[in-house]
Formats: sequence, C-alpha cells, structure tokens
Amino acid sequence: MSTPATAEVLSASPPAAARVRARARWRRRLDALLASTPATVGLAIVLAWVVLGILAPVVAPYPPNANDLGALARPTPSTAHWLGTDQLGRDLLSRILWGARPVLVIAPLAVLGAAALGSLLGLSAGYHGRWISLVITRACDIVLSFPVIILYMIILAHFGSSAWNIIGVLTLTKAPIIARIVRGMTLDLREREYVAAAKMRGESALYIMFVEILPNARGPLLVDMCLRTGYNIVIIGVLGFLGIGLPPPDPDWGGMVKDTYGMMTVWPHMSLFPCAAISSLVVGFNLLAVGLREIGLRD
Amino acid sequence: MTEPVLDVQHLAVAYATRAGEVPVIPDLSFQLNAGEALGLVGESGCGKSTVALSIMRYLGRGGRITGGRIVFEGRDLGELDERALRSIRGRRIAMVYQDPMASLNPVMTVGRQLVEVPMIHDGVARAAARARALAMLREVKIADAEAVMERYPHQLSGGQQQRIVIAMALIAEPALLIMDEPTTGLDVTVEAAVLDLVRELRRRRDTAILFISHNLGSVVRVCDRVGVMYRGEIVEEGTVRHIFTNPRHPYTRGLLDCLPTLGRDKRRVPLVPIPGQVEPLSERTLGCGFASRCGYVEAGRCTSRPIPMAALEREAGHHVACLRLHELPRWRPRRSAVTTLDTDASADPMIAVHHLTKVYEPRRRRRRYGLPRPPVRALADVTVDAGRRQTLAIVGESGCGKSTLAKVLSGLEVATAGEVKLDGVEVGAVRVEARSRALRRTLQMVFQNPDSTLNPSHTVGYAIGRALRRLHDRAPSDAAADVARLLEVVKLAPAMASRMPRQLSGGEKQRVAIARALAGDPAVIVADEPVSALDVSVQAAVINLLNEIQAARGATLVFISHDLAVVRYLADHVAVMYLGTVAEFGRVDRVFAPPYHPYTEALLSAVPVLDPDQDAARIILEGPVPRAHEIPRGCPFATRCPRRVGQICDDVPPPVQQLGADHRIACHIPAEELRRLQTATVAEAGAR
Repeated sequence: MSTPATAEVLSASPPAAARVRARARWRRRLDALLASTPATVGLAIVLAWVVLGILAPVVAPYPPNANDLGALARPTPSTAHWLGTDQLGRDLLSRILWGARPVLVIAPLAVLGAAALGSLLGLSAGYHGRWISLVITRACDIVLSFPVIILYMIILAHFGSSAWNIIGVLTLTKAPIIARIVRGMTLDLREREYVAAAKMRGESALYIMFVEILPNARGPLLVDMCLRTGYNIVIIGVLGFLGIGLPPPDPDWGGMVKDTYGMMTVWPHMSLFPCAAISSLVVGFNLLAVGLREIGLRD
Repeated sequence: MTEPVLDVQHLAVAYATRAGEVPVIPDLSFQLNAGEALGLVGESGCGKSTVALSIMRYLGRGGRITGGRIVFEGRDLGELDERALRSIRGRRIAMVYQDPMASLNPVMTVGRQLVEVPMIHDGVARAAARARALAMLREVKIADAEAVMERYPHQLSGGQQQRIVIAMALIAEPALLIMDEPTTGLDVTVEAAVLDLVRELRRRRDTAILFISHNLGSVVRVCDRVGVMYRGEIVEEGTVRHIFTNPRHPYTRGLLDCLPTLGRDKRRVPLVPIPGQVEPLSERTLGCGFASRCGYVEAGRCTSRPIPMAALEREAGHHVACLRLHELPRWRPRRSAVTTLDTDASADPMIAVHHLTKVYEPRRRRRRYGLPRPPVRALADVTVDAGRRQTLAIVGESGCGKSTLAKVLSGLEVATAGEVKLDGVEVGAVRVEARSRALRRTLQMVFQNPDSTLNPSHTVGYAIGRALRRLHDRAPSDAAADVARLLEVVKLAPAMASRMPRQLSGGEKQRVAIARALAGDPAVIVADEPVSALDVSVQAAVINLLNEIQAARGATLVFISHDLAVVRYLADHVAVMYLGTVAEFGRVDRVFAPPYHPYTEALLSAVPVLDPDQDAARIILEGPVPRAHEIPRGCPFATRCPRRVGQICDDVPPPVQQLGADHRIACHIPAEELRRLQTATVAEAGAR
C-alpha cells in the first residue's frame, strides 16, 4: 500500500532525524527566551551565580573558613579582601561565593520535589473529582493554614537542621501551592476532546494524567517553579537567619546576616553583602519567570 | 448621481509581523450608497474583517493603512485625528460584531446601555433617550421591551442579545452600519430571524450596510451587491443576482460548488472542494492570487502581471478580475432531483437506540443553599436506528441533545433508562472505561473542535501511532508504516507525522482526528459536528472524505450536525431532534419532503437558499427555546410551534405517527393534514 516515496520518508525519519528535530526545537525555545529582555537579564544573573558557585574553589581568593586575624582591626573592604571580612576575619567574598553552592542546590531540588508531589496531588484531585479531590484539597488547605515559619521551626528543631531536612520541609510546604495550580488546570484540560479520545481508546487514568494532561500544563507550571525557586532562596535565608538553617561553620548567606546584623551600624558591609547576594539571585529567578510567562503568552 | 456614503479608493493595509511588514490588502476599492447593502464574502484569512477595522480605524498596533483613501461622507477617515474619529464612530458609523456577549457590558442593564447612546452622541435628556430606546427595541422586534430594558445581558438569549446590539448600533441613526459575521454564532432558526430583521430594517431606513460573512446564504438574504474577496482583493463584484446566477470568477464558482445546499445529494452531485488552501499573504506574487488553486489557470499568462478588474458588458456593475473571463464555460448550479432510496434502517441495525432517556442529576451538595436544582432531562424517550454501512444524521439546534446522544453511544456518558444496542450488544449503561477492547474498537469518535481534538503536546505521528497501539496489536516496527498508511487514507502527506498540531490548519487537524479514529478499523464512526468549525471549501473536502471512507470501509456513520444542507447531502437516515426528543425520524428523502414535522419545516425554511429569485415560504420561529427544566408537559415544541393546534399541544405528549416503515413524526396534527397544509404553503410561495 505504501508508495516508494513513503518508504523513503519513513526510513529517513527514525533516531537521527528525531534528534535533529529535538535540537531545533530547543534552539527555537532558547531564541524565544533571548528575545525577551527580562528573561535574558534573569538568565544572565542566575547563570552567573551558577558558574561562580561551581567555580568557587577556584575563584574564591581564600578558603571560606580561614581567619585572617590581621584583618580584624580593619575588616572593611580593601585590596586584600575586596568585600572585607566578617567579625572573625573571614573573607566575605569567599564566603559569599561558597555560600552560593548550598542555596543553588537546595532551592531547585526543593522546587523539583514540590513540583513532583504537587503535580501528582493536583492531577489526582483535578482528574478524579469527588472524594479524592475533597481529601487532597482539604489536606493541602491544612498545610497552607499553618504559619510556615513556626512549622519550619517545629520540624527542623525536632529532626535537626540539615540540607536534606530543609529540602524536605520546603517540599512539604510548597507542594500544596503547586497542587492547587495543577488542579485548576487539570479541571480545565480534562474536558478537552483529546482526553475524551484517549478514554475512547482505553487509556489508563495515570496515562491520561501524565501524558495527555500534564504536558499541556507545563507552561504555567514552569513559570511558577521559577518564581518558587526565588521564594525558596528567601526562605533558606530566613532559616539561616533564625539559626535553624545549615549548620555552621560552612558559609550560609542567611547565617552570615544573623552573625553580623548586630554590628550593622559599625560595619554594615558584613550583613549587607550577603543580603545583596540573596536579593540578586531572587531577582534573577523572578525575571526569568517573567520572561517565561511572556513566551507562554505568545505561543 | 448622489455621492456615495462610503468610497474606498485603492486602500492598502499592512500588518507588522516578526518577519517584517506583510501587505494584507494590496489595493482595494469599492463604493457604498445610502440605503444599499454590500456583502463581503470569502474564506477566513482573506481580509474581510481587516476592511471593516480599517474603516473604523480600529486596526490596532500591528496594522497600518499604507495607502489609499477611505472617504466617508466627503471626509477622508485616514486623515482624521482621534477626536474627530470619536465624533464619527458610533454616531455616523456603527459596528456589530460576531459575539454579542462581547459587545454588551455584563454588569449594566440592557436599558442603561441603550439609553447611554443617544445621551452621549446627541446630548438628549434621559427621558427622551429612554423613549427612543424603547421605540428602537420594538423596531428590532423585541417582545416586552419594557421588561427587557431592566435585564442584564446574560438573562437574554443569543438571538435577543444580537438584536439588542443591532438596536444599539441603529439608535444613533448612523449613515453606515458595518456588520462583521453578525449571525455566525447563532442557531439556524435564530439566524434566519436576525437576517430577516436586518433586511427589513434596511428597507425601512436609509442606512448603508457593509455585511461581512463567510456564509454565502446569509449574504443572499440581506445584500443588494456582493464583493467576493480572496487574499485581500475583491476578485468579483456585482449584484446578488449576478454573483449567484452568473458567477464568472473561478473562486466564486468554487465557493458555490463546495457549498452543500438542500438540492444536493451525495449520490448525484458531489461537492467540489477548492483544492489547496489559502496561501500565506507574505508570499504574494505578481499575477492572480488565486492562480495556485485555480482549475483554469494558464501558466505564464495568469501569473505574469497584475490582473485588472474588467466590467461585463451586458451586466452593469458586474466586475471580475480574471483574464480568462470570456473563455470560461457558463456556470450552472449543481442541483439534483431528490433520489429515492430503498434502504431500511430497522431491518439490520448496527445501532439500535430504544426509548433512551438521559437525566443529569444536580449535585446533592447544592441543596443546602436555596431550592434544590431540578434535574435536567437531556434525552427523553429517544428511538433511532442506524443500518449497517449507512449514515444516520442527527440534526437539531444547540441544546437539543444531539451531542448527549453521541456521548451515550460512545460511553462518555451512561444512559439513565432505555436500550442502546451496538451490533446487538447492550452498551447504554457501560462507561467507556468498562468497555472491552473489541467494543472500543467497534465505535470511535471524531470531535467538533479542531483546536482541542489533538493534544498540542504530541506529534501527529504519536497521536495516530498511539491509537494504533491501543486499538490494534501492532509491533512497533511497522507502526510508522501504518501511520503513513492512515495519513494517506485521509489524504495527508506521510511527512505530516512529525508535525505538531499547531503547525496544521483546521482542516488538516480534523483529517488527523479522522485518521486517529480509523486506527482500529471501527464499524461505527460517530462524528459530532466535525465540520462546523471549518471554512466552506475545507468543509466540503472533509465531508467528501468522510463519505468516501464510509463507503470504502463499509462503516456506519453517525453524523451530528446543525446544518440541514450538509445532512441532506450526506445522510441516509435523519433524526430531527428538539429538546431531547426525536421530532421526526426517517429516510432522508422522506424527511426532506412533506409531510414534515412543523419543527423540521421551520428548520428547512431557515436554510439559506442560494437563489436570489426564490423567496421561499419563510417561517420565523418566535420566542426562545425553553430552558431544560421548563419543558412543556405536552409537546416540547408547543411554545414555538407555528402550527400549534390548541391546548392539546401543551398538555398531551404528541403521538408518534408511523408513516410507512421508515418514517415517523411526533405531532398531534394528522400527517395527511400536515401534507395538505405544507404543500399549500409551498404552492402559495411559488405563485408569488
């Protein structure tokens, strides 16, 4: 039945061609992203921090925990210490660079965890309706109704404060928000005709949820994940500030502010530089989210 | 000679895109006199709406008038500033858009919105403005105008809303009324009523009307002159009579040939789709814009230089932009005598629906607040059969239950009571999830909306391949070949398999959806309004495709539509539904000949007839369709029936009159009486 022309097209199509097409698709997406000013700026800030974090052992002028007792007399910025030192004579620039590493691992991991859990909950709640939806939405409401800071303090005080535990609490508290977004979109998408078509060929509920519905929710989901990474960075800072963040002595931006904010009037640079680091990264992620939303709107 | 109200001279419009400025309208000229109605027709994307927006100077940020003049009442609209434009818009030029709900403010009563117009434009006092609004509402035939003034837009039906919008446009007594697809979203009977109203208003007032539509039938009803547009140019212009009885441009002929009308039947006169599709405007070439799709194209001659507009000697005002104007054979309307069939659906039914009822129960939870919601009866005692290898068409206006019937057949909804037999197997109460693989293979569906029928995240190849895997046990190695084979069946290139849905046109998406439905080689295809969102030329191609596939594969086709002409063309049997009941069921030739059910009669008279000379007996249905919980006890159609006989219609459900083995009508009026009444009306109309 198939003509020679058909056979030719088909023989040319498998893996190599598919790879070329996939690459072209990514190329197009990147072009679209770079066409938006906020996205370009956001991407530049985030990428700069990622590169600096990765290269911290190379570019940081000092080990993060090394004290320079000589600098204690004049801890302000100097040629030896570009951003000055903290109250223990540790080089601020080095600590800030090293401090980017845990943040850039914990915040995205926590968002991925929240997105995975939230999508699963949101899809189930939106697709099944009735009591499953009721149980999930109520459970989410309960988590969301807690004052989060107190929740963090209780959990981290009980289980101890470690990177994994922080990822855990962030996942737990952010998942309900993502679940809500995904549920809302699922309620809309499940009425689409392609979902009816999938039912008519006997697809399982899991297939419909993850293959038919979720990919079409990815645009807004991606924007939200980007925003939420920024929020997570703020929260990690807050946890550090409250003393329930990453354990000392390794550098942690929030912890650095906590240790020095008492000396704000004398040596403001000690707390302001870590604060600036946090803000810039958060702004970077927010701008990236704005850019992603623009692209989503245009498609 | 008096000066025209609107004189468009060599208008050129371009839109800015990422690829640069694209000329949408290269050079367009037309005139419109007071009291005259000019129709602009053409496929979507041919620049009709751009013309309207240019006249209103509403082009938006991307669009720009790059040349020419738009002279309205002696002033060039292109040169006016915002302030001067404001004094013209709404007062001298009014516009009616497609969606009335988008034109009305949902938080203001209709009355306030109407009264505002004369108060703002003419500085009239409130009381006087109110009096004018009431008079205007009566003029657009709104019953109980006083009460309607106090209502909010959402409390009115679509037809009433559009009447209000028309009233609002006319209340300032504009010199020019622009109507952009004013009846596209409306049901056929409502559309007929609105068109009738426009025609009447035009006779009574001196307003010039620019009527934009893709529907040739509605243009015949309303306009004096017609301009046929293709790719931003008017390719033929003339009186309604010229265009519809002696079309000279191949594109006009193509539009007429692909339009199903009541006189066409798949057995005699096939629809002729226009080949290809509208080419992107960015690729404009020197010669005739239609050359790539034209059957009469002469290489070199038609494509080498701009085509001038030529006047026809014998027909004043008839202009055509075609070089081969005088070489083409004379056009004849394709019409066929009604064929008689000798098929019987009930003899060997593939689908047998008996006394099917579907009731939607309201959610229990809501009962806590206020009164309990009444249950909604979507289908009541529906009995229809579809024979093997035949096409059953289900026709009716929105809300008549035709889609619910499709959903019960496909298992997306379950029946409340009654029997639904698919090839002898009872399926009415079996949800699609609970259906066996064999049963799922037997029946597949084609959906209405081309934009949501394919998953935007999956390639065409994946969509079809997945259907093949689920419905046919295929080894992955030959799946690609099978996908290509199915794409060929629906006349798409196999290379389409790697495309994403957003890269396809509406017609292509619908073809892919058909290919997907065919993956399991189904015995029954249920198609729910598969062509209603498509352009006429594309619609013809998809209808032909469905017809071919059905004939070649011996499948049973259940075709759901609101378009009687399409149904007349495609069906073997027809069920006419109204408010969840079957008003009339039978072989297509019998349903489309007297005696009709009064509802069928009304629907038929609402179908546009492409003949300017024929002023058929017109029945305009008054009043809205009752809400689902207000259905009369007796005949559901009693509230709107023009042949209502009396109290019995309200109180007693109509008996089903069996007229021969293959035709039945649910009506209190005896069939013989109906036949007498209806043939008399037709004769009377013929005598006029």
